[in-house]
Amino acid sequence: MTESIQGYKGKALEVIKKFHVRVWSDALIKSTRGEFQGIILPRSENDDQFHIVLKLATGYNVGIDVHTITEMTEIGYKEAHYKIPEKEFPFTPGLPKVKLLGTGGTIASRLDYRTGAVIPAFSPGELYGAVPELAQICNLDTEKVFAVFSENMGPMQYKKLAVAIGEEIEKGIKGIIIGHGTDTLHHTAAALTFMCQNLPIPVILVGSQRSSDRPSSDAALNLMHAATAAGHGDIAEVMICMFGPTSDEYALLHRGTRVRKMHSSYRSTFRTIGDIPLATVTRQGVQAIRNDYNPRRNDHQVKILPYFHDKVSIVYYYPNMQPDIIDSLVDNGYKGIVIAGTGLGHVNKLIYPAIRRAAAAGVAIYMTVQTLWGFVHMFVYDTGRDLMAMGIVPAENMLPEVAFIKLSWALGQTSDLEEIKKIMLTPISGEITKGEPYNGYLIYQGGIPEVEEFIRKVHK
Amino acid sequence: MQKEINADQNYQKTLIETGWVCFEEATAETYKHLGFKSGLEIHQQLQTREKLFCHCPTGIYQDFDDYDAEIVRHMRPTLSELGEYDGTALMEFKTRKEVIYRIKNRTACTYEVDDTPPFPLNRQALEIAIEISLLLKQYIVGEVHITRKQYLDGSIPTGFQRTAIIGIEGAIPLKNKPIRLIQLSLEEDSCREVSDIGHRRIYTTDRLGMPLIEMVTYPEMLTPAEVAEAAHYLRFLARSTGKVRTGIGAAREDVNVSITGGTRIEIKGVSHIREIPLLVHVEAFRQKALLTMREKLVAVISDPKSWQTRSCILDLDVKAVAYPFPESSQKLVAVLLPKFKGILSHFTQPGKDFSSELSDRLKVISCLEKPNLIHSEMANVEEFDHLAKLIKSRLKAEPGDAWICFAGPDEDIPTAIETIQERCQLAFEGVPRETRKSLADGNTLFERVLPGADRMYPDTDSAPIPVPEEDIEQIRNSLPVDLPFRLAQLKEWQVPQDCWTYLLRNNLMPVAEQIVNDFEVEPLFVCTLLAQNIKGRMRLKKKPFPFSKLVDIFAFLKDNNIKWELIKEMIPIIIDNPKIDFQSILNLLSWKKEISSDLFSAVPYFTKSVLKDCRIDCKTSAISWVMGKLRPRALGNVDMQEIFNAIEKQITTQEKKND
Ligand SMILES: [Zn+2]
Repeated sequence: MTESIQGYKGKALEVIKKFHVRVWSDALIKSTRGEFQGIILPRSENDDQFHIVLKLATGYNVGIDVHTITEMTEIGYKEAHYKIPEKEFPFTPGLPKVKLLGTGGTIASRLDYRTGAVIPAFSPGELYGAVPELAQICNLDTEKVFAVFSENMGPMQYKKLAVAIGEEIEKGIKGIIIGHGTDTLHHTAAALTFMCQNLPIPVILVGSQRSSDRPSSDAALNLMHAATAAGHGDIAEVMICMFGPTSDEYALLHRGTRVRKMHSSYRSTFRTIGDIPLATVTRQGVQAIRNDYNPRRNDHQVKILPYFHDKVSIVYYYPNMQPDIIDSLVDNGYKGIVIAGTGLGHVNKLIYPAIRRAAAAGVAIYMTVQTLWGFVHMFVYDTGRDLMAMGIVPAENMLPEVAFIKLSWALGQTSDLEEIKKIMLTPISGEITKGEPYNGYLIYQGGIPEVEEFIRKVHK
Repeated sequence: MQKEINADQNYQKTLIETGWVCFEEATAETYKHLGFKSGLEIHQQLQTREKLFCHCPTGIYQDFDDYDAEIVRHMRPTLSELGEYDGTALMEFKTRKEVIYRIKNRTACTYEVDDTPPFPLNRQALEIAIEISLLLKQYIVGEVHITRKQYLDGSIPTGFQRTAIIGIEGAIPLKNKPIRLIQLSLEEDSCREVSDIGHRRIYTTDRLGMPLIEMVTYPEMLTPAEVAEAAHYLRFLARSTGKVRTGIGAAREDVNVSITGGTRIEIKGVSHIREIPLLVHVEAFRQKALLTMREKLVAVISDPKSWQTRSCILDLDVKAVAYPFPESSQKLVAVLLPKFKGILSHFTQPGKDFSSELSDRLKVISCLEKPNLIHSEMANVEEFDHLAKLIKSRLKAEPGDAWICFAGPDEDIPTAIETIQERCQLAFEGVPRETRKSLADGNTLFERVLPGADRMYPDTDSAPIPVPEEDIEQIRNSLPVDLPFRLAQLKEWQVPQDCWTYLLRNNLMPVAEQIVNDFEVEPLFVCTLLAQNIKGRMRLKKKPFPFSKLVDIFAFLKDNNIKWELIKEMIPIIIDNPKIDFQSILNLLSWKKEISSDLFSAVPYFTKSVLKDCRIDCKTSAISWVMGKLRPRALGNVDMQEIFNAIEKQITTQEKKND
């Protein structure tokens, strides 16, 4: 492994050593391009090895090409340490007790102004320092269950969270917030829905699309909305609480099994698919959009089912897919496959032999649709009927990711294919619905006069 | 009964105590005495096709009410490195503004509204910035790091401006001395403000994200004239590249001013350089006035730290007071300023007193639209006698106290009271750190608290961009001619000083030089043609003159063996019909080719007839009469000076004969 000091390696490290300067020293650098003075900052690990980063007195950072450096002198040293100010979270009698479970995703954080590194705010005191409005909504307590990035969330973490939720409910908490990165927020939401059944209180998953080190961040408002839904809302389900429109106006509560991240960067990235959301949230409270939800109760009767089998995969079908894709999964011991098929739930004939082989090996195979909206309908065309005959089970209108999570959860409990089929096709919390409401599918096309008029009048 | 203060007399008295000198009478000595120091930040938009961090087009502006969608955001302060909120940040948060952005699909994408991370930095903009940096003789960085500079007023939807240093140091030569530069940065432009009323501020996003450079000087200008000179120089230098935007709003200046004992005040958004000298003059004396005021306060109030206002809500209907408080006002609030007698009417700027410093802050920080206060030292205070009595008794005023009465909606009252307390407390310190908005009359208004140094941090969305030696060399090889050379050239050509600005501002020296060299035209003729004839004609036109066409006209005249003077007749026609071909212009002018001997032989005929006319009695008018007759035919065909000489000679000989 090559040597690296605070991100400096190779040529840059050589130069730093040669002139006996240190990271964090106030240095005067003479170069063929002129003289620069500033604090030598750590360098990002992924950046090249030919520049030294300097913070000038004006607060700007610049890079100096090491090839141009003729002399460096250390004239001072100022290592900086940063922390979030802690202020004691005030207890207000009469406000509900809410627990925030941390996963490592940073909802509230602050930037190390010199390096750009994000320092998470997590303890109640830190959160109160960053979002003092929370104290007007609830009495907040926090617990860091583990610390991983959103993309590294997996079975272990789902189970730990489910157990932690069960324990908190046992202790009589009035609502739970889970802070989480947004990329796989909907996977976790689905997993917790299946693992925590008959909930008496709201479990709200929340993240932020703009980190809270920026003034335009959605983090503070998301936290306030989540605290309102968790502490005061009547809907006792696992839900994602994120911006409804991109404007700072209200949040939507999405059922954990019907929600998906639909934009790589928008604030309003989470959408309920194939149905309508449960409610809107403002700082004033939760307004239900529908009434077929699981209402809040005063008992502590929750069922925690922390099961997960990790040999399940999603196969996203594409034209001319070769059978070896399926074969390799079977050969590697996979027990469950969720196919995201085209149209009503189709794949080409080319992979039929592989599917037969998988079925024969006892692999549970479920069909979902790439279109995301709509049901699998395998009776309409011969292809669909052929596939069912081979053993593929249509998963109705379950979203591909949700089917993946549910199949993993089911396989974690039993290997009996019939039992699995029963679990898969019996809806637990709206992952399969009896039908799709007419307004469940809405993707407006910009440019059309009536849509343009709508956008002009309503904050999208 | 204590004698009430006479506001006008107190204003005059304090103006004299401040040592106010009006702008016209001020000399270098005046400023030296004040300890006047000033620096500049010149913002100049660059001429690129696309914006700095996305692919939206630049330079397209729409009307304020022309938009496809609106979005709403709020800005939240982020914690500074000491775990404190920045002063500006806290102030902006206090105002609880709802910010609305108007979006037009043609000029904004999801980047502008902070729903998409930045695309790679526009290379064209980077190259122009390096070019200008080289012209300033700066040290170019080895690697460009995009930095975020926080702005919480909402003028940028992210809450920060992406900006990067391209070069540092460097200098410009003014007439008397060089002025050093701190840095040149490349940054994205902000939104244009549509309105800012109460708690709602509206912006349009057309200008947002356009590339611009900021050139920052050290505070080394010691007189207002030097500030203007430096501003002109920097602007001409940027223009000399031919790669910067021109027109309204394309170049904007921020000026910072301080005096001995004062503080650095930034005057924002000056759109004309000619406004700078008066603005900085007035600001210098505003600081002097605040320092003078401070002395008086400290003399009367021994322990400023424990000085406190007293306030109460008056049980009096807002409508019962004959004063145009804003519509939304719900309650009347009285604030007592102990021992502040003589302060509210203390001179600060021409026509302004200390009460306007309070009024400005109430508008900006507490969202109370103006007029927003009645106070004990306003000129017509006796009209509010009933109110005054009520306040004095409610707040147990003593002689030597001052009072303020404002009205506002319930939710703004606590902030307003705090704002008054805070500004008065700052009076004990002297000049509070502020950015101020420039007004056309030379005065300034409070805009916001000057941001601290903690508002800069690295942009985690962008990677550093290396600036290799080869790239710099390539740009260096095609640099425009240095500005000092141009200034020397103008002097050598004996071009009158009043033509310089126009020539440099419009980057016309390269064209002038080409015409002088290619066609051997007198430099003075070319320069005055540009800076007098064309400038005069263009004054009312919206579109710029097609200067590049000028070379073609000279070529056309040369090919047709036509004298240069005719061009002055051709210009108005080209301005009205930019696409017209040159031969058609001649037709429109009814211009014909004439043999010069024919023209000269016509001279005796006209002189004879003029001398017979008894109404023309002097020689000069006789010459000009003949000249007038011959001019249309002679123009372009013969040298006008020669024909003039011929007429003069003829008349002189005729006169002698007649004698
Ligand atoms: Zn754009």
